[in-house]
Order: sequence, then structure tokens, then C-alpha cells
Amino acid sequence: MTAELAATEARRATRLPGWLVILWRNRKCRIGLVMLAGFVLVGLLAPGLAPYEPRDDSFDGSLPPGAGHWLGTTARGEDVLSQLIYGARISLVVGLAAGALSTVIALVVGLTSGYLGGLVDEILSFFTNLALVVPVLPLMITLAAYSPVKGLWLIVAVISVTGWAYGARIKRAQIISLRTRDYVTAAKFAGDSTARIIMKEIMPNMTSLVVVGFMGACLGAIGGEAGLAFLGLGDPASVSWGAMLNQANNGGAMLTGQWAWLVAPGLAFAGLMIALTLVNFGVDALSNPHLRED
Amino acid sequence: MRYFLRRAGFFAATLWAAVTLNFLIPRLQPGDPAEAIVARLSGRSQAIDPAQVAAVRTMLGAPDGTLLTQYVNYLGAVLRGEFGVSYTYFPYPVTHMIGQALWWTVILVGVTHVLSFAVGTLLGAWAAHRRNTRADSVITLGSTFVGTLPFFWLALMLIYLFAITLNWFPARGGYGPGSNPGWSWIFFSDAFQHSVLPALALLIVGPIGWIIGMRNNMVQTLGEDYARLARAKGLPQRRIALTYGARIAILPNVTGFAMALGGILGGTVLVESIFNYPGLGRMMLDSVTNRDYPLMQALFLFITIGVLLANFLADMLYGVLDPRVRREVAA
Repeated sequence: MTAELAATEARRATRLPGWLVILWRNRKCRIGLVMLAGFVLVGLLAPGLAPYEPRDDSFDGSLPPGAGHWLGTTARGEDVLSQLIYGARISLVVGLAAGALSTVIALVVGLTSGYLGGLVDEILSFFTNLALVVPVLPLMITLAAYSPVKGLWLIVAVISVTGWAYGARIKRAQIISLRTRDYVTAAKFAGDSTARIIMKEIMPNMTSLVVVGFMGACLGAIGGEAGLAFLGLGDPASVSWGAMLNQANNGGAMLTGQWAWLVAPGLAFAGLMIALTLVNFGVDALSNPHLRED
Repeated sequence: MRYFLRRAGFFAATLWAAVTLNFLIPRLQPGDPAEAIVARLSGRSQAIDPAQVAAVRTMLGAPDGTLLTQYVNYLGAVLRGEFGVSYTYFPYPVTHMIGQALWWTVILVGVTHVLSFAVGTLLGAWAAHRRNTRADSVITLGSTFVGTLPFFWLALMLIYLFAITLNWFPARGGYGPGSNPGWSWIFFSDAFQHSVLPALALLIVGPIGWIIGMRNNMVQTLGEDYARLARAKGLPQRRIALTYGARIAILPNVTGFAMALGGILGGTVLVESIFNYPGLGRMMLDSVTNRDYPLMQALFLFITIGVLLANFLADMLYGVLDPRVRREVAA
């Protein structure tokens, strides 16, 4: 009993936020957080970690993995390991930015639609359902093809504009169930404004849903960027994992036996996806106490 | 009846929205895509028909006329099936090119989608039936892991392994140089050999969603009171799993079947471009790299309408299968 109390005191003393403690106690989530932190560190410290500049093509082409170049070189003579390290930045930036942007769109549409109801709901739900069935990749390709500027932010915009619908639908359903709760009715009778009710009464109950939605949107955005870049429709100025695979495929990596050029970006991508999926297990536990582990 | 009318209304509205979206996308762009295409078409050695220029203008945007008259002309052209000429395959109209590529994609996607659904649903039901056993965790964890791998990367690995290292199947193309498309045995066996690897790539990733969806649904239905009653009655496990658990758990997968088509057709752009397969997806990517806007716009519209139609049919089927949705609307 005293040991337990002491442990509680110790936990209080460290003053970690409650959500982080819950996430950390989940074993799968802990592994995911460590992996994710690793990717973030690699992305942040890329200039220091990478042995060479990612675009420096002064080396011999299509070298196999060896002492000078741990993962060999590309057909143009760039260092594969350096490209891999810088590629983490692109995936993380696109995932974060497009994930956040599409979550905001989903939240605004879902909130408005679910809370107001009526004709506004009918119209917004129609657009949500429409966006759900329109094939995403052909739409992304069409939008990207017309754009005169081909930058990273175009990719972020295209992914967000095409990827918000699923989140909006789930948030709308949640709002509809929350809107008729007693405490919301009480707040209405107390004369609170709609904005106040949404911010103070409804949003706190949506936090975990928003976080889970954000994680899902990040996963989708990272996959979307990789797909577009692999098709050659990405940002030509940045070295991303999808773009590396595109060049490896076109540069004949399979025929020259430069397998590391082909295998490494795929595994790095899978590692990041696994990290995010594992973190998501813990985020689920935030909203559902039954899933918590001690 | 009201359910079916509502779904038909939704289908008509989405169809109109997709056609309108297709009208707006090129017109929202800075610059004039139609002008660029017309200029490049005129620069060709073959003579260009003024009617063909007009068709391209109707599809992609004209400098004269208000947006409303352009829209009316565009709707007319869509209804008559006039989508203009392809820049890359001049002087063929885009509809001719789409007609050629369509069957490759329909067969490849049709077969793999049905197989993925069947395999995934069965595996998911099996995992739910044997829940919390080793078979269950192998199936669920295995499919979660494969799901995190980039799909186009798996396809590249398949080529590396089966086409280049082992040399079992051809790596690229829809048919070899020795055979011509036609109703001959040589062509069919050749086309089959070429389709093995793209189909395999789609079949590795395809079942994952069905496995996880089916397992989670069925674990839930097996915990319901009627399943408990069936156990109390002493019915055999197999029968409980099939007629009490799986039969109800499969319903969301049926709606998902059509919803997933949009994603699958997106995936075929990747698969077909990796395997150089002569379907709609590769044609779409080629049209983008060649800036063949008429072909690209028509392909986008065709793919979208196909997906919308599939969803409409699935909604109809769902209404027949599950009487609860019909009652919900009526109430």
C-alpha cells in the first residue's frame, strides 16, 4: 500500500501529462513512440547524419553497397544512404502538414454538418459522400497534372483536398450523438452561445476521435505522397522515398543488381507506417479505457 | 421502396456532381489548357479538322462565351459521348482509346477484386471463429504488417523475384511481341501469363481490408445474445460460426465491396504503370506525362462514373439483403 502511494507520488512529482502516461503504458504504443522518435530525430538531424549531400552525383554510378557507400550509389552516382536519410524529412513533413490540414477540414465539415442538422447537413453530407466514392488517386493525378507549380505544398494541398471525407463522416456521427446529451441541453438552457457549447461541452469529448483521425490522415498522406512521387508526379526538387523508388525503377536498379537502392526506401517507408500504426493502438486506448494496459 | 428511390436520387446527384467537377477542374486552372492542346494539335503534320478543335474546346474550356453557355455545350457533348481527340493517339477520338484499354482493366480488376473479397472474408471469418488462438494472431498481425508495406514496392519486389531472378513470368506488358490481340488461344495464354504478376500484386494487398473488417464484425456478432442462445441450444460450433456469426457480419463487407472499388482503381494506376499493362490506369498516367488533357479528362470521368455505378448497384443489393435499412428510411 505504501509502495503504491509512493509510486503515485513519484509519478505526480515527474508531472508527465496524463495522456502521455496512458500512451506510454501501452506496450505496442511504447514501441511505436520510440520508433517514431527515431524517424523524427533522423529527419531533424539529416544534415549531420547523412554522409553526403543527397543530390551530390560526383560518385561512380550504380555502386553496390560497400565501405564508402553503405547502401551503394544510384545510377547517376548519388549516395543512396544520404537520400534515404533526407527522405525521412519529406515523409514526416507531408504526413504532418497534410494530416493536420485534412483533419481541420474534416472537423469543420463534420462539426457544422452534425451540429446544425437540417438542410446544411444534407448538403454537406452529400459532398462528404461524394468525396468518399470519387477515386482518390485519379483525382489527385488530375489536380496535380494541371498545376503550373510543382512543389511540396501542391502535394500537401492535393492530398488534403482529396482525403478529408472519411474523417468528416465519423466526426459528424459523433457530434450527432453528443448534441442530444443532457449536459448540452443544460448548457443551451443556461443561455450559452453555440460557439461556447461546441468548444467547452462537445470538443473535450471528441479529442481522442480527432487524434485517431489525425493519425489515420497522416498514414494516408504519407502513402499518398509516396504514390504520387513514385508515379513521377511529386515535387521534383525534393528527394523522397517514393521518388527514390521511381528513379530506382527507371534507372534499372533490378538489372544492375543494385538491390539496396530498391529495397531500402520500401523498408524505411514500412518502418514509419508500422511506427504510426503502433502509436495508434495506444491512442485508441485513450478513448477506450478497456484497451488500457498496466 | 423509399430506400431505393433515395439511393437512385443520390446516384443521379453524384453523377451530376462528377460531370460538373470534370467541367470545373480544367477551367479553374491558371492558363488555358484547351489553347495549349489546340496549338499542339495544329502543329502536327496531319491536317486537323475544325470540328475536332471545337470538341476539345467544349471539353477543356473556350475563350469566348460565358461559363453557362460553355457548361450547356459541355453537358451536350458528354451526353452525345463526344470527348474530343486524343493528342497522343491522334487522330483517334479518346473514346476509341478508352474502349481499347477498358477490357484489360475490367478483367484484371474484376477477377482480383472478387478473389480478394472471397479470400479476405473467408480468412477473416476463420480468424474470428478461432479468435485469440495462434491462427487468429498470425492472420491479423500478418495482414496488418503487409498492409504497412508500400503497395507499389511489393509489385517491384515481385518483378525482381519472379521475372528477373527466376524468370518465371514476363515482367512487363499485356501481351508479348509474338501475339496480336484477337480471339486466338496463343493470345489468351500469352495475356494470361502477362497478367499473373499484376494480379498477384493486387491479390497480396487486396484481402487485408476484408480480413480485418470481417474478423472485427464477426467477433462482435458472435458475442450477441442470439449467438449465445445458439450455443445454449447446443448447436455445432461450425453452424454457429457460419449461420449466426458470418451471415450477419458479412453485410458491411458487401457495401464495402463497391466502396473499395475507388481505391482499387487508384491502385491499378500504380500496378499498370509498374507492369506496363495496357489498361486504363497506365493510359491515365501516360496522358498526364504527355499532357494529353482530353484523354486525361475523359479517363477521369469514365473511372469516376464506373465507381459511382458500382456503388449504386451495391446500395440496391444491400437494400435487398438487409431489410433493416429499408425500414429505417420508412420509419
